[in-house]
Amino acid sequence: MLCVSLREISAALKEGQVSPTELCQRCLSFIKATKFLNAYITIAEETALKQAEESEKRYRRGQILGDLDGIPVAVKDNFSTAGIETTCASNMLKGYIPPYNATVVQKLLDQGAVLLGKTNLDEFAMGSGSTDGTFGPVRNPWSYSRQYRDKCVPSSHTESGDSKWLITGGSSGGSAAAVSSFTCFAALGSDTGGSTRNPAAHCGVVGLKPTYGLISRHGLIPLVNSMDVPGILTRCVDDAAIVLGVLAGHDPKDSTTVQDPFKPFELTSYIDASKLCIGIPKEYHAPGLSSETRALWSKAADLFENAGAKVIEVSLPHTRYSIICYHVLCTAEVASNMARFDGLEYGHRSSMDKSTEVMYAATRREGFNDVVRGRILSGNYFLLKQNYENYFIKAQKVRRLIANDFVNVFRSGIDVLLTPTTLSDTIPYVEFIKEDNRTRSAQDDIFTQATNMAGLPAITVPTALSEKGLPIGLQFIGRAFQEKQLLTVAKWFEKQVNFPMIQLPGMMDHGHTVCHHQKSAFFS
Amino acid sequence: MAASILRRCRGSLQRCRAGDVAALHSGPSPRRVQAPGPIASGRRAGNSPAGERGVAPWVAVVGLEIHAQISSNSKLFSGSQVQFAAPPNSLVSFFDASLPGTLPALNRRCVEAAVMTGLALNCSINKKSLFDRKHYFYADLPAGYQITQQRLPVAVNGSLSYSFCVGGKKNQMLTRTVRIKQIQLEQDSGKSLHDDTRSQTLIDLNRAGVGLMEVVMEPDMSSGEEAAAAVRELQLILQTLGSSQAIMAEGQLRVDANVSVHHPGEAYGVRTEVKNINSARFLARAIDYEIQRQIKELENGGTVMNETRAFDYKLGCTIPMRDKEGKQDYRFMPEPNLPPLILYDTKSLPANTNHQQVVNIDWIRERLPDLPSVRRVKLVEQYGILPEHSFTLLNEDGLMEFFENVVRQTQMNPKKVIGWILNDMLGYLKQHNLTVKESPVSSLFLADLLNLLDRGAISSSAAKQVLEELWKGEGKTPLQIVKEKTLELIQDQQELEQICQAVMEGHQEEVMEIKKGNRKVLNKLIGLVQRTTRGRADPVLVKQILEKRLSQ
Repeated sequence: MLCVSLREISAALKEGQVSPTELCQRCLSFIKATKFLNAYITIAEETALKQAEESEKRYRRGQILGDLDGIPVAVKDNFSTAGIETTCASNMLKGYIPPYNATVVQKLLDQGAVLLGKTNLDEFAMGSGSTDGTFGPVRNPWSYSRQYRDKCVPSSHTESGDSKWLITGGSSGGSAAAVSSFTCFAALGSDTGGSTRNPAAHCGVVGLKPTYGLISRHGLIPLVNSMDVPGILTRCVDDAAIVLGVLAGHDPKDSTTVQDPFKPFELTSYIDASKLCIGIPKEYHAPGLSSETRALWSKAADLFENAGAKVIEVSLPHTRYSIICYHVLCTAEVASNMARFDGLEYGHRSSMDKSTEVMYAATRREGFNDVVRGRILSGNYFLLKQNYENYFIKAQKVRRLIANDFVNVFRSGIDVLLTPTTLSDTIPYVEFIKEDNRTRSAQDDIFTQATNMAGLPAITVPTALSEKGLPIGLQFIGRAFQEKQLLTVAKWFEKQVNFPMIQLPGMMDHGHTVCHHQKSAFFS
Repeated sequence: MAASILRRCRGSLQRCRAGDVAALHSGPSPRRVQAPGPIASGRRAGNSPAGERGVAPWVAVVGLEIHAQISSNSKLFSGSQVQFAAPPNSLVSFFDASLPGTLPALNRRCVEAAVMTGLALNCSINKKSLFDRKHYFYADLPAGYQITQQRLPVAVNGSLSYSFCVGGKKNQMLTRTVRIKQIQLEQDSGKSLHDDTRSQTLIDLNRAGVGLMEVVMEPDMSSGEEAAAAVRELQLILQTLGSSQAIMAEGQLRVDANVSVHHPGEAYGVRTEVKNINSARFLARAIDYEIQRQIKELENGGTVMNETRAFDYKLGCTIPMRDKEGKQDYRFMPEPNLPPLILYDTKSLPANTNHQQVVNIDWIRERLPDLPSVRRVKLVEQYGILPEHSFTLLNEDGLMEFFENVVRQTQMNPKKVIGWILNDMLGYLKQHNLTVKESPVSSLFLADLLNLLDRGAISSSAAKQVLEELWKGEGKTPLQIVKEKTLELIQDQQELEQICQAVMEGHQEEVMEIKKGNRKVLNKLIGLVQRTTRGRADPVLVKQILEKRLSQ
């Protein structure tokens, strides 16, 4: 039952096949059963059960709040949740319980959703592995899948103790793992340079980064204010559209949200592919792109072409400056945003209190990890009066050029861009940590991060399994505020590729669920 | 939220304290420095005489940065209430405490106040302005940065005309104009209270995030007197507009002065910034002290350092501030959470706009009240009073309204009324340290009194006696007092004749003198009659009677 989509479970709830409480309990027990994945930092068992109970009453009265009523969801631990600890996976915020809900969290709750808990991440969302949080790395559920184990873990049968476990990607790795391992039906991530799409691709789920300004950031603890967007992780494109419909819209508490009212939409199953123009950015043939992913990308392009769509190679000439430009802008905002963590009003406070300055310094040294401190240092360097013009201003100009690249491409008649989401399938933790966080982030954000600079919507759709039996996702980038068109294309593609469901032997066979196994029709 | 407490830091967190005076010992002793006379009058460039013994005179250059707290119900970027002297940390929203994830939402009222002020100061209003973050660590700045308008402020290139009396002479008014560089919107900080005995700093965030207008005046002034007059005029304008209550004692108007001195024709000298000037009284003194200090320093062969100095009102001098604010790199950055502030005029206003969501400059301009300068002209024209009187009427809070109320309720010529208001009433209030609003005598009672005087029911000296009674504030009307004390003019001719006769009989010597031709002595007789009647006699009538009788 847990393996179905949000839409299906919503229907089951409405038909009374399952009650919200029962569903919530099952999810909670499954979270406990998969605790070794380290997907959750906080499990809000008590409040979740209470919410489920309330939902159940509404179902009985026949007065449900919406499609999400009674649906168990998870939220990345960088969204403020009233009464529930919000840590950003940092020592700095251990024990911090916000007094208010992020707007997106409130909107989920207003729709009757059941909040199971807060998911793991890289500290303050700085990373691409979900390996650099104070609560430890997140394990990719695919590490334990039959698809992967059959091919790559020849003799080992024990789940624990194997050193070949895989990373989820990040920074929203906890949310991706939670959705992928069926402990919830949808999860919120955040996406600043690819933090929703990257782990979604590695975990074989759908990851949507909406247009900047479409969804409120109020309550999302910021990484880069000018690029952060709440992300949506679901098992299918339809589910992402449902959650988007709930979350989108102007918020007076976030002045950067657009005023235009957002109309929730349902996706049609049929599209006229012949009216579609798909762009393939040639600069995305990046060094390090695995041959498998490259082949898959090309195959996907053929798929559209065969369906009658126009597929055109396009150029986004400033792509190669994107990572370095992102580095400057990101660290500058990080330096600024992290200034508030001084131990005075909330969060960690060092016991070293000889003077205010000593207390500040000790608090920040004890509270932040090396990655965060490193970014603060570079950011402050770029913002110094003598460097501002050479770094920050220049990076802003480059950002404009990158954004204009997309404008030009879409103006030329392209509807949607098709690109890889990641360079390859995911890798074992032991491999991943051979490089430092900065190198990894620069490598891993390469296909995702330019859309954050341009504020555009993008979605990763699980496409096929690699030779190792691991998921590979492809990314669609749409025009600003044209989520409907983007998701329609994504849904059509999703249907064509028929991505196989993860099989988790030993975890799922507690008597209640056996996941239906589909064979990929696309990647053979 | 409970008040955050942190231990008192050693050194750089300290603001100016009495102990810091040690730092002054290399400079001139405060006692030797005279409260400087108007350096401007004698030493101003242009009209200054060539210095004695070949020493060129000094010219001072003064520029001001003024922070005016915006009078609004809520803060600049949050919904918290704005209120003076509320219990500590009782007006703090999540945003004000910089809780992670909170975002600023611009308060429209604050924008309107800034636009209004910009228009009143003849500024051009930028239709697009931007917000920036200014970073520094300080315990009462919870976010670690202040949101301000560094790159593109809301208003630029204005001017302010102000008048002041030269050398304190009331009838010699000079009018000057200072250029306004810009007006920017920004957040106020919280307050740090240092508890030295317990070595703690207490933080009150009630003020954190309150809207400020920073008004930057170009260095067009040259003395404390001028600066004080400019600030006073700005204060009146802000109060007239209602954009700020501008009460210095409550910190709603805070002035920092940039001061330097140089010889005419030479480049400007190194400037210092004088901070902590928080009363109108000390503004001129602080600046003039600093001018004199710099001159002395230079004349003694020293140099002026580019530094921040605090004015110590107890010692009457400026002392260097130990914190390194001047050397800080504020690492300015655009505020990413606020889109550009776009203002409209009637021409650019898009159709079908929600008027709650836009600020129309023209709409505000049309509704600007009369500014103090206009009001003064009107007072002079309407009532025939002297220009300097119009200044006094506006300078004292509520005095103009009081005057106009009296004029409205009396037949007395306003030119005469002004004398009673400025001399008798204001003199009394000043002497007793009262504001106009606290006056025990209402405008109605004063008008009644002046009416009695005007129609000849009492003499002017009787009127002063009545006023003395009125100050007691016992609620008696002037007429009641007149009756109780029998202060009415003696209308009975015969009674007066008898009194005059009695005085003449009692002062035969004087009578003889007058008869010999010494007319001056007549005044003495008149005075004696007045004394007998306790001022109730009509002096003109008394004179007639005496003259008639003396010529008999």
